[in-house]
Amino acid sequence: MITKRIIACLDVHGGRVMKGVQFVDLIDAGDPAALAARHAREGADEIVLLDITATHEGRQTLLDTVRRTARELFVPFAVGGGIRSADDAAQVFEAGADKVSINSAALANPLLIDAIGRSFGAQAVVVAIDARRDPQALDPVRDAQVFVQGGRKLAGRRVVEWAREAEARGAGEILLTSMDSDGTRAGFDCDLTAAVSESVSIPVIASGGAGTVDHFVDVFGRGRADAALAASIFHFGISSARSLKEELARAGVSVRLPC
Amino acid sequence: MRVAVIDYKAGNLTSVLKALRHLGADPEVTDADRAHVENAERIVLPGVGHFQATRRLDATGLTTAIRSAIVRGVPFLGICVGMQWLYAGSSEAPQQHGLGHFPEACARFPESHEKVPHVGWNSLDVRPGSRLLAGVEPGEFVYFTHSYKAPVTAETAAITHYIEPFAAAVEHGNVMGVQFHPEKSGATGLAILRNFLVWEGS
Repeated sequence: MITKRIIACLDVHGGRVMKGVQFVDLIDAGDPAALAARHAREGADEIVLLDITATHEGRQTLLDTVRRTARELFVPFAVGGGIRSADDAAQVFEAGADKVSINSAALANPLLIDAIGRSFGAQAVVVAIDARRDPQALDPVRDAQVFVQGGRKLAGRRVVEWAREAEARGAGEILLTSMDSDGTRAGFDCDLTAAVSESVSIPVIASGGAGTVDHFVDVFGRGRADAALAASIFHFGISSARSLKEELARAGVSVRLPC
Repeated sequence: MRVAVIDYKAGNLTSVLKALRHLGADPEVTDADRAHVENAERIVLPGVGHFQATRRLDATGLTTAIRSAIVRGVPFLGICVGMQWLYAGSSEAPQQHGLGHFPEACARFPESHEKVPHVGWNSLDVRPGSRLLAGVEPGEFVYFTHSYKAPVTAETAAITHYIEPFAAAVEHGNVMGVQFHPEKSGATGLAILRNFLVWEGS
């Protein structure tokens, strides 16, 4: 039976995992390669590394980080941040990523999705969407506003129609972050996640708002998510992906165990 | 061990190379050099992408080189589209022939309420006697990402259920294929690749 994925996310800046430090490691808190290896060992189904600054100067650092992180990682590994062209993507793949996550660059130039998909396959293209409900809209959820530049600027697109376009252009997965829920630890936006998940046939990864195991149960059930990003939950009594998955299994969610 | 890893420009080889090196093999990428295939002790055909891309194997003469290596008994492993290529063809690219080592054809998952592609970790029901999957316990998980799949036949080495049962692995003497990605399937996947590297003719 296909299982729901728990994805560990590392936010890096200048080659180190940023403060916020979701996943404190006693030996080396800031090293992405060490943390990624630890998450894989502790049951994460996939690793996402996001370069949260993604400056032009930082690109070589990112590639070095990706190379080091990928070296001993034998679970799927996605990388996002600063990928603006098919050439950028090719370098990230060459460094060892299996997937790239693109966000603002895809909104600025939707053909980027087609281009990366053509060269590397749809399974290698994750389109990340940051969305906020629009109370003015006829349907505040399906017509949630899409934002770019880390949520600072309106993209002028609506979440469901953009997700559908991304799929049509050859995206393999959608990484959907609810800006309303992000950082609240009050639960994922299950309505938003379900609206997107039911509108596309590609997998949807839910992000933003996780605080308890029940939040994951909800987003996999009512939210129709295929995978969920776990970040700050590891601060709140859940010590690893494995223990999260053990609790999910007890709640009837199909997960990869033992892992 | 010299492992020829065939590059047919259908995606990313880095992960496969990394896993083979991790296991102590000496992979060599080849995109057109028949000599590499002819001298190899193992052949791996990875693949993430479109079945149409296998056309390049015919154009470069590698199809012929692989076919004769298989006849000589060189162990061959196809991964994902590389496994599908072992069959007669795929409805993904009806004009493009596969190797035809297995006479059946690959097809897209049927319409259902489930998502296609099938992405994520799913379990294997390993059939008794598989050498490639020796040691894999019932219900162990591996990572899949695909929309097309091979049917279950006598040569199927493991079955996975998604929408309907399909061949997660195929095995016929020295010719082996896996629909999942062993290079991305943690310890289970590495154990399967190790079985392939130590495989010896009976």
